[in-house]
Amino acid sequence: MDSNSAEQKDMASKAHADVHADEKAAANGKTAKLRIFRGDSGGGELVDYELPLVEGMVVLDAVLYVQAHQAGDLAVRWNCKAAHCGSCSAEINGKPRLLCKTRIEEFDGGEIQVHPLKAFPVIKDLVSDISWNYQVSKGIKPFTSDEQAPFTMYEEDVERLYEPKKCIECFMCQDVCHVLRTHHKHAEFAGPRFFVRNQWLEMHPMDNQDRLHDLKEDNGLGLCNITKCCTEVCPVDIHITDNSIIPLKERVADEYYDPAKWLMRKIRGNRGSRNGAAARNGSRNGN
Amino acid sequence: MSSIAAAWKRLPWWVEPMAVVFALTAFGIYSLTIVVFYPGVFQEYVSPFYSPEVGRPDWLPWFITAPVLILWIPLGFRATCYYYRKAYYRAFFWDPPACQAKAQQLDRPWARSTESYKGERALFVLNNIHRYFLYATIMVVAFLWYEAFLTVFTPDGFQITVASLLWFLNIVLVSAYTFSCHSFRHLVGGNKDCYSCIRGGNVRRKTYNFVSRLNTRHPQWAWYSLVSLLATDIYLRLMQAGVITDFPIIGG
Repeated sequence: MDSNSAEQKDMASKAHADVHADEKAAANGKTAKLRIFRGDSGGGELVDYELPLVEGMVVLDAVLYVQAHQAGDLAVRWNCKAAHCGSCSAEINGKPRLLCKTRIEEFDGGEIQVHPLKAFPVIKDLVSDISWNYQVSKGIKPFTSDEQAPFTMYEEDVERLYEPKKCIECFMCQDVCHVLRTHHKHAEFAGPRFFVRNQWLEMHPMDNQDRLHDLKEDNGLGLCNITKCCTEVCPVDIHITDNSIIPLKERVADEYYDPAKWLMRKIRGNRGSRNGAAARNGSRNGN
Repeated sequence: MSSIAAAWKRLPWWVEPMAVVFALTAFGIYSLTIVVFYPGVFQEYVSPFYSPEVGRPDWLPWFITAPVLILWIPLGFRATCYYYRKAYYRAFFWDPPACQAKAQQLDRPWARSTESYKGERALFVLNNIHRYFLYATIMVVAFLWYEAFLTVFTPDGFQITVASLLWFLNIVLVSAYTFSCHSFRHLVGGNKDCYSCIRGGNVRRKTYNFVSRLNTRHPQWAWYSLVSLLATDIYLRLMQAGVITDFPIIGG
């Protein structure tokens, strides 16, 4: 975490300095070649751009250079330029990446193609309409506790909650997930980002809600076939599949696919009681 | 190691799924052939494919040999394992074969429509019984440990040979694979929200954290243990055929 943020800080400051070093680059004589998608929901094409290469330049620098000097109408969404806001996600050479965290030098002078996120409708150029994600988010039961915050919690009970909290909502995991991207299951599948959110809520010791039914029926957890593309693209290194999706799948299995557990519940008779799962999982205020 | 991993990443996307298809098919053919047609015991050594040794009723068809009566347990464990699921959904079902945009366009090229995708909701919902295969596999692992010890404490006394080292290496790797399982991780602590609220919570938490550390290498343990199973069995077959003589290190 520390080295990561240090690296990001370093990257940001260096790139910032280099943007103002155009003259140096011009003297250098090196250029970067980019192919950027230009178009909208009706279609579009890749357009070639060439610009002076500055040492340490990231793809976002290049895109902004093109916007400032060659194509004033180029649309790109960006904000912090430090890999913290998750705004500049796009597809670079077919892989979802943050524009601000991808250095031009990484491609060794090879082709750099920049596309918008394809799992969502394109608005213009590199900007996709990601509002579907906010609708899904609204459908998730919010954090609810019987107690008033601030809570007294022990470190050992919340150490698993730091990782899902790192999420910057760049939605690159949503973009790369074949359930959304290829199979278009937007109506019945929440996507990796919202399994991460659900895992945080489900494992929170102070939360008293049971989301397993929603996860199985409304959020389509069973549609995920754990092929881990989401984990591969996460820019903040959340192990989405191993630490969010699979633990949730195991909890859903506890509730719906485990015959021995089903029998035990029948014998004990606590099936269907309010917050049953939360109580069994040892939530502080689950009973 | 990291340079190998970096080189592996630079390869075209189809190399990994094809390599998985080749490795798993080859392993499947090899193990099926030996357990149906060949014996697996030589002196004090029992091949891990034949452990534990069980009796076989005579009325069974010829291809149901004694090891087959046991092998469905580890086979089922691996077939429903979260890592192998990823591996075969990608490699055998191309669903998707890899994560790049180009590869994703080839997702299940034989499917009538992209919308027909069911994930783990149709037939593969059965993968949810993974935990039961885990319980059964733990028993098989216990026998493998027992047999590893038998290679050291022989009727003729204590010995350590190259073979016994191989048997121990194998069971260590098989155990690492078994106990780094996601279902085991859930069982020991993943199913709890609050460790300080339950009896034995601290032990549960420490065990969970240990299993979590093992779990980050679950795919590696899966492959290493597959290779060690193969190596152990091949070593036994070479001793059987008289090609090699076991090399004693202590005793023997």
